[in-house]
Amino acid sequence: MSGFKYFLYQLRRNPLSIAGFVILLVFVFVAILAPVIAPPPEGHKNIYQIPRDGYSPTPQPPSEEHPFGTTQGQYDIYYGVIWGTRSAFQVGLIVILSVLLVGIILGSIAGYFGGIADEIIMRLTDIFLAFPPLILAMAITVALGPSLNSVMVALIIVSWPAYARLVRGDILAVREEDYVQATRGVGSSHLRTIVLHILPNSIYPTLIMASLDIGAVVLSAAALSFLGLGAPEGYADWGQMIQFARNWIVGPSGNPFAYWYAVAIPGFFILFFVLGWNLLGDAFRDILDPRLGKS
Amino acid sequence: MELRAYILRRLILLIPVLFGVTILIFALLQLFDPVERAALYVKDARQFGNIDEIIERYGLNDPVWQQFGVWFNEVIHGNLGWSKVVSMPVTRAIWSFLPATVELAVFAAPLIILGGVFLGKKAAAHKDRTIDHITRAGAIIGWSLPTFWLGLILLMVFYGFFTGLLPPERLSTETSILVNSDQFIRYTKINTLDAILNGNGQVFLDALRHLVLPVVTLTVVNIAFIMRLMRSSMLEALGKGYIFSARAKGLSEKVVINKHAGRNALIPVLTVSGYIFASIVNGVVVTETIFNYKGLGWFAWQSAINLDAPSVLAFALFNGILFVITNLVVDLLYARIDPRIRLGASVT
Repeated sequence: MSGFKYFLYQLRRNPLSIAGFVILLVFVFVAILAPVIAPPPEGHKNIYQIPRDGYSPTPQPPSEEHPFGTTQGQYDIYYGVIWGTRSAFQVGLIVILSVLLVGIILGSIAGYFGGIADEIIMRLTDIFLAFPPLILAMAITVALGPSLNSVMVALIIVSWPAYARLVRGDILAVREEDYVQATRGVGSSHLRTIVLHILPNSIYPTLIMASLDIGAVVLSAAALSFLGLGAPEGYADWGQMIQFARNWIVGPSGNPFAYWYAVAIPGFFILFFVLGWNLLGDAFRDILDPRLGKS
Repeated sequence: MELRAYILRRLILLIPVLFGVTILIFALLQLFDPVERAALYVKDARQFGNIDEIIERYGLNDPVWQQFGVWFNEVIHGNLGWSKVVSMPVTRAIWSFLPATVELAVFAAPLIILGGVFLGKKAAAHKDRTIDHITRAGAIIGWSLPTFWLGLILLMVFYGFFTGLLPPERLSTETSILVNSDQFIRYTKINTLDAILNGNGQVFLDALRHLVLPVVTLTVVNIAFIMRLMRSSMLEALGKGYIFSARAKGLSEKVVINKHAGRNALIPVLTVSGYIFASIVNGVVVTETIFNYKGLGWFAWQSAINLDAPSVLAFALFNGILFVITNLVVDLLYARIDPRIRLGASVT
């Protein structure tokens, strides 16, 4: 495990990665403690539905009752951003785990067996990678009917090819190693060889990189929500909250920043969430990139 | 000789990908019911009164492979269906919205590429000093910024606070009346270019004023990527032996950085220009939406929220084909610039 210790040591040495880690830790706590710090009102059926205080379109400034104010349609901003943290983690985790699953299965088949299987899978990835990702995701979301689930499915469909390719490359790198041949030699099945011997020895860097892409996934999901293709109205979702704020960027004359809270607050949550993952990701990239080998 | 063989090989490889792209788009279209898909074959708004006839004529209830043939034949002939949002054929809509987006991209792309290369080079040359830290911090924040949020904040300041200084949309009302009148000839529909061709300073300045914020938004988000890449590839180049010998023979630091290291460090940036293209296109949809800038991205957004299947999928198809061609051009340029690639390719 000395490699792993070295890895942790490198990570500790880098102040930016610590900053990223702390930011994410705060978000994890916010997500876990959401029912405590933003308790749903009595008799509230769907906890992800932001409670509203009236139906007036004009946002209301922060007050005792609404610490961050209310956005268009009197949805409570505080409740929205806190529970929005949970939705962000859900979207990020579901998409990345599914993408990894698909990527590992198809990438393993392509890398391990080679030949026709490899050719078919790689040509398939070519087709999906032939589109700018957000555009394809948009088309898929429209085709499936706009909803948060469609957004997740769309992001899975546009992201798996990159991971399948990474995993394939990882496997090609170790496929001809002696221990793989030895395992086959003592009668291990293909599946057993891949799952117990090849994957554990090859895909950790890809796994780590993938998990750090959660930030990017959440950013894309927020963009689709902002475009109006995501969650239903009033669902605790950062992208949608910014869409609500769209009509309120200019205040009444004499007070141009009157509705700043409706625009700025949900944006800060997205920015810091993504920043946390990116800071951590940056540090990992430096450590994992063998060309920069600092040992 | 080798270059020609390489080009030929790449062109042949292009065919299955383009075919695959159309199949994928067709597969997505199958998720819509026949009534919605009928809009794919409409060439005139009056035909909507007779949807059943279209479904019958184009066999929208036939087996899928037969439909694919019919649809593919229409696509080859440039018939992509009817856009309900703008009430015209999709192909015409794409052509009419394209100039606005081209204008946006023509202003943003050089800023993104040249700016990113310049800053990355500076950061690498001054590694671990203040300028390096500032550009790195800027890059990582720019990379994490949600485009749509940045755009709104910019509007809040430059449209709200400085009342009307840098407004959304493409032209202000008076100017667009002028532009659409007989006194102004719209050669290209690219406002700034048309203004120059007409010799009209007022239109030029107004068009420019409307371009500032969308261009800045696109640039800030996309420049970060090039900056980071240029910095790391520059650092790698600066560690090479030929830099050592260039310095040893007494060349000035400026020549070493700009000519010897800089030119070699550009190669990785060139390889990812396809990716940069995609990233700008992604950004264009969001940017045009925020600023109500009526280009292709705005059209795609309007079509998406109105669930206008032919338009959204035609837009995806258009971008897919464009992206494939861009990647091809990039690879060919790359082979032209770096002979190692060409020679490597002819062996395999």
